[in-house]
Amino acid sequence: MSAIVCISRHSPYGSSLARDALDAVLAAAAFEQDIALLLMDEGVWQAYRHQQASAIEQKELGKNLSALAVFGVEKVYVHERSLTRRGLDRDSLSLNNVQLLNDEATRALLAQARQVLSF
Amino acid sequence: MKFTVVILGAPYSSAASYSAYRFCRALLEQGHQLARLFFYADGVHNGSALTCPPQDELDLQQAWRQLITKHQLDAVVCIAAALRRGVLDAAERDRYAKPADNLACEFNLSGLGQLIEACATCDRTVTFGA
Repeated sequence: MSAIVCISRHSPYGSSLARDALDAVLAAAAFEQDIALLLMDEGVWQAYRHQQASAIEQKELGKNLSALAVFGVEKVYVHERSLTRRGLDRDSLSLNNVQLLNDEATRALLAQARQVLSF
Repeated sequence: MKFTVVILGAPYSSAASYSAYRFCRALLEQGHQLARLFFYADGVHNGSALTCPPQDELDLQQAWRQLITKHQLDAVVCIAAALRRGVLDAAERDRYAKPADNLACEFNLSGLGQLIEACATCDRTVTFGA
């Protein structure tokens, strides 16, 4: 159960939305809200292990994702079908505390959320 | 019902801002409450007072400003997203020693806490431009 679920559906560096979503999640944690992050569609690339953001003069987004637990965000989910459709699996991800959700579990997560923040 | 509306799209670049505007107008007309407008990411450009669309086109920023004034809405522009994109109020202009400010007076610059607080206290959060 999570009061707020943040869905992040965009790739890490193609637009600002991935970072904006992450900032919103961190703000929610700072305000002691019960928040979960769901990576879906192109958003699964945010957790991809082999990012080289410095080559495009960006800060590594995957590192911020890994730091979420430090800020009290325990619930990070990845939509499993989005992952497999892109030829990725759990081993492709930089996060080890992440939970993969099938379609049914994803529906259940969103159905029980009091609020959904979409990015 | 009490709504929070999040706008992530710049005016004219996508339909997000106009769709959000129409949604807000409709929910207010139907007697719902709009707890807060939160302009984030490229949505911060909706707060610029310097836009000059052609005269035969809808002036979307003007439309937002009129809606905000008419219903006394709380319209927050995310300060971090705005600073990155050059949308400044007078205080930020002075802080960063820039030559001008451009935030329309109907909007306020503030932090993401305003989004979270609104989200935690309203019934529905609806996002445009994700």
